[in-house]
Amino acid sequence: MTPEPVIQTTGLVRHFGDLTALNHLTFEVNHGEVFGFLGHNGAGKTTTIRILNGVLAPSEGSVRVLGLDPIADGPALRLRTGVLTENPSLDERLTARENLEFYAELNEIPRDKVQSRIDQLLADFELTGRDREKVGGFSKGMKQRLALARPLLHNPELIYLDEPTSGLDPVAALHVRQLITRLSIEEGRTIVICTHNLVEAQRLCHRVAVLEQGELIALGTPAELARKFGHRQRLEIEVDADQRDHTLAILNKMKGITATLGEDQHVSVLGAAHDRIPDLVKSLTDGAVRIYCVTPAEPSLEEVYLALHGEQEEIL
Amino acid sequence: MNWRAIRAIARKDITVVFRHRAVLMPLIIVPIILQVIFPIGFGAAAVYAPIQSSDMQDLSQMLATMPPSLQNELAGLNDRQLFFVLMLVYLFAPMYLFVPVMVANVIAADSFAGEKERKTMEALLHSPVTAREMLIGKVLSALIPAIGVSLASFILYSIIVNAVGWPLMGRIFFPNVMWLVLVLWVAPAVSCLGLGVSVLVSTRVSTFQEAYQMGGLVVLPIVALMLGQVSGVLFLSPVFAVVLGAILWLIAGGVLYFGSRAFQRERLLSQL
Repeated sequence: MTPEPVIQTTGLVRHFGDLTALNHLTFEVNHGEVFGFLGHNGAGKTTTIRILNGVLAPSEGSVRVLGLDPIADGPALRLRTGVLTENPSLDERLTARENLEFYAELNEIPRDKVQSRIDQLLADFELTGRDREKVGGFSKGMKQRLALARPLLHNPELIYLDEPTSGLDPVAALHVRQLITRLSIEEGRTIVICTHNLVEAQRLCHRVAVLEQGELIALGTPAELARKFGHRQRLEIEVDADQRDHTLAILNKMKGITATLGEDQHVSVLGAAHDRIPDLVKSLTDGAVRIYCVTPAEPSLEEVYLALHGEQEEIL
Repeated sequence: MNWRAIRAIARKDITVVFRHRAVLMPLIIVPIILQVIFPIGFGAAAVYAPIQSSDMQDLSQMLATMPPSLQNELAGLNDRQLFFVLMLVYLFAPMYLFVPVMVANVIAADSFAGEKERKTMEALLHSPVTAREMLIGKVLSALIPAIGVSLASFILYSIIVNAVGWPLMGRIFFPNVMWLVLVLWVAPAVSCLGLGVSVLVSTRVSTFQEAYQMGGLVVLPIVALMLGQVSGVLFLSPVFAVVLGAILWLIAGGVLYFGSRAFQRERLLSQL
C-alpha cells in the first residue's frame, strides 16, 4: 500500500480582496522528501506555507497535512511541524537561550528535556557560549542560525524553511545544506524549502514546484524539468582546429541552432534539443568534420527557471 | 486550554517589556510623580504653608456643594485638616486611576502591537498555541503588572499620606472606605478597560506608538472625573465608586469581547 502523502492539496485557491494569491494549486509531498518552492517575490510561496500550516485558510480547495486538516486541527498539526519564517522572528530583547526556552514551552517539550535539547541545538548551530547574550547584539548570520534552531526544537516531522541560507556565510550555508540532507536522509523528515537560490534547490531538492503569480507552472525533479523545459540545451563539440570555421558554418545553417567558438576553442552549440543531437552529428560527419567529442551540457535548474519565466536570453 | 503556553507568553511579554527602557520609564516615573511627589508636595503645603482667608472661603464654597454624607465625614476638622483631607483623600483620588490605566495601556501596546513591530508575530502564529491562548497570555502579561503596580503605589501613597499628615492629624486616617473600593473594585476595572481598548486598537495598528497613543484615550473619562470633582459637579463617595466600577466593568467586558473577536490569526497576519 502506498503511504499517504505528507502534504496533499487539491485546487488550492486563496484570494486577498481582488488579488488571487494562489490559483488552483494541486500537488503532493511525500514522506522524507525535500520539496522546493521556487518563484519570484509574490509568487505565492509564503502564502502556501501559511495555508499548509493552518495560519491562513484557503478560499477554495482542500488541504491535508500529516493526515490533518490545517484549519480544523491547527494546534495539533503545528505541534508536528516547524517553520523557519522568512524573517528570523526572534525577540531581540531576549537572550538566545530565552528565545528557545519560550518556543520549547509553546511546543510542549517535556520540562526535564528542555535545557539539554537547547544545549544540543546551540552546539549544532555554533552558538554555545553566546546563549546568554541578547539577540539584539547578534550578527545577521547568528540570528539566522538561531532562527533555524527554533523550528527543530521539538523534532517535528515536517519542516518548512523559508530561505534557510539567507544571510549566512558560505561555510554556514554549507552546514545548513548538510543539516537539511541529514534531516531528510538519516532522520526521514519531510522538508519544504522556499528559495530563490536555484543552485541550492538543485543540490537539495528531490522535487521542485515553480510558482508564478500563484500558479503552479512546473513540477518535477530538477532533471525532469531540465528535460522538459530546457529546450535550449547546450552542446560542446571538439573538432579539428582547422575545421572550426567549417563546423560553425554547417551548424549555423541549421534551424534554431546557434554555434559559437568557446574560450576553450570548442564549438559551443545552443538550441540543440536532446532528440536533435544525432541529426546534428550526422550533418557534421556528412560535411567531413572530424569529431573527437560531443558533450551535452544539461541545463541547470536556474536555466530552466529562467526559461519558464521567459528570461533565459539574458543569461546565455 | 494550554496553561503552560499561556504562562510562557505572559512571562515572556513581561520580561520583554521590563527590558525596554522607553516602555519601562513611564511605568516607574508616572506612579512616582502621582503617588509620591504630588502627595508629599501638597501635603507639606497643607501642613506648613500659611493659609489665606480667601483659600478657606473657596474651600467652604466647595464643601457646601458636597453631598451631606461627605460633609458629615469632614465635620469636626479644622481648616488645615480640612484642606489636607480634601486635597489628598478626595481630589487626588481620580488621579490614582491614571496608574492602572497607564500601566495596562503601555504593556498591552508593547505586547500586542509591539510584537508586530518587532516582527516576532509570525513565528508565534506558526506555533501550536491557539489565538485564544495567545490572547489570554497577553492580557495576563498586562493585567498582572497593572494590578501589581496599582497596589504597590496605593500602599506607598497610604504610607506617605499618613506620614506627611501625622503632625496635622495625629492618627492614621487613610485609607477610607471610598479608597478601598477604588483600589479593589474600580482600578482593576479601569485596567481591564485600558487593556480591552489596547487589544481592539492593536488589531488595527502595527506599531507600539500608534497603539499607545490610541489606547491613551481611555484616560479621558478619568480627566472628566477629576474636573467633575474640582468643579463640584460630582464627588467620589463609596456608593459612587461602586457604581462607577460596575459601569467600567461592563464597558471593559464589552470592549474585551469585541477585541477578542478581532484577535484572529488571519487578521494578525494581514498586518505583518
